[in-house]
Amino acid sequence: MENRIIIDLKNVNFGYRERPALLKDLNFVLRQGDRVGMIGPNGCGKTTMLYLIMGLIKPNDGSVEIFGRRRVQEHDFVDVRERIGFLFQNSDDQLFCPSVREEIAFGPLNFGKRGKEVEAIIKRSLARVGLDGFKNRVPYHLSGGEKRRLAMATILAMRPRVLLLDEPTLGLDLPTVQRIAEILEEPGLSYVVVSQNIDFLKRTTTQVYTFEDGVLTPFRVPRK
Amino acid sequence: MIEEHFSEGNSVIHRIDPRIRIICAIVYSAIIAVIGNLSVAFIGLGAAIVFITLAQLDAMHLLRRLLVVNVFVLMFWLVLPFSFSGDTILSVGPLNMTQQGVLYTLMLTLKCNAIILINVGLLSTCGMFNVVHALNHLRVPNKLIHLLFFIFRFSHVMHYEYARLTDTLKIRGFRPRTSMHTYRTYGSIIGTLLIRAYERSEQIHRAMVCRGFKGKYWLLDHFVLRRSDVLAATIMAAGAVIIIILQWKTG
Repeated sequence: MENRIIIDLKNVNFGYRERPALLKDLNFVLRQGDRVGMIGPNGCGKTTMLYLIMGLIKPNDGSVEIFGRRRVQEHDFVDVRERIGFLFQNSDDQLFCPSVREEIAFGPLNFGKRGKEVEAIIKRSLARVGLDGFKNRVPYHLSGGEKRRLAMATILAMRPRVLLLDEPTLGLDLPTVQRIAEILEEPGLSYVVVSQNIDFLKRTTTQVYTFEDGVLTPFRVPRK
Repeated sequence: MIEEHFSEGNSVIHRIDPRIRIICAIVYSAIIAVIGNLSVAFIGLGAAIVFITLAQLDAMHLLRRLLVVNVFVLMFWLVLPFSFSGDTILSVGPLNMTQQGVLYTLMLTLKCNAIILINVGLLSTCGMFNVVHALNHLRVPNKLIHLLFFIFRFSHVMHYEYARLTDTLKIRGFRPRTSMHTYRTYGSIIGTLLIRAYERSEQIHRAMVCRGFKGKYWLLDHFVLRRSDVLAATIMAAGAVIIIILQWKTG
């Protein structure tokens, strides 16, 4: 039997106003355990697809089905956001709290976690991204790599089984990239990762797609 | 621009429950604003100085902030002393400076500074997240709280973007002059700033929504009203009552 379908986009069309259609008749399925990569030129629709899945923008037509339910309105996406972790391209967009611990606590607090449990989550999440001891630092004073790892920690703190990662390795040094690849190795995770880094995609994904003229197409990863 | 210089510290004031600090700041500001007597205004300023001393703030930052306020107060001094009828103490051309005018302006100056000091001492020591949280507890409508928080949040962003833009200008050899080119450049900067701030705000909202934000801020650290808070509230309330009585007696 095939694994459970998590994300199912059917005949989705989307275009930003006053610009030509960006995604044409997009069909995309992510099953439990799938590790999918997305590659392609800037502005080809990769980020847009992730936004559609999270309900941050709504398709012009077509259907978005996540965890077996059709998602149309804002409130349909509330539980989607609880269960899918989304890493933004720019970590500065993602971090807005005055301290690292509050930053990590933001998600868990929204989901009703309190007190000691939250403290434990903060500790565990920081350890997973290698930022132990950063608890009381100020997020916007961190370096680029630290910010990205913190952003990753804020998402892991919500214990998602599904991740959408938008350029997680952009501008990061090799050890940090490897750290992120290691996090993704955790068994049971399913994810879509947008990246221009072919080596990273080779290591972390089993299938890679690209957009050609707004149409989702399999991408052949060059082998040496 | 918006740096929370005063929010970190461990003074007596910093340790008071933010809810009490906010209520006190409002009550004291209102009382001092309606004072109509010079000697009571001095007492109001005295109370403000007590708060600010207890808060143990960095004197340089504090003076700088007061300087800004007093530039506006200076405007009063240019006009008000000359616009009261009474005993002339100085004549400049057709203008007469009166004793009543001077005393009135002095009272305004004292009241202004007292209110600023009280708000710096009590409110600025809270930090924005605490203020937001406290307002939540004080049953302020959620929408107002969000407005306040986002103004704060985006002022940060605007400031940061502004710094980035001026840096690029410097790198590209821009020097402000009195010329069309300069005005046009400033126009573009303001335009770009608005657009960038708007887009950034959109992104941040998206990020918040993705992390389960549903319109309510939860805070990690909860306020607990301790005995020392009750004591502080009592003392501050007593001070407020004394000022009210004095004002009423001297009326």
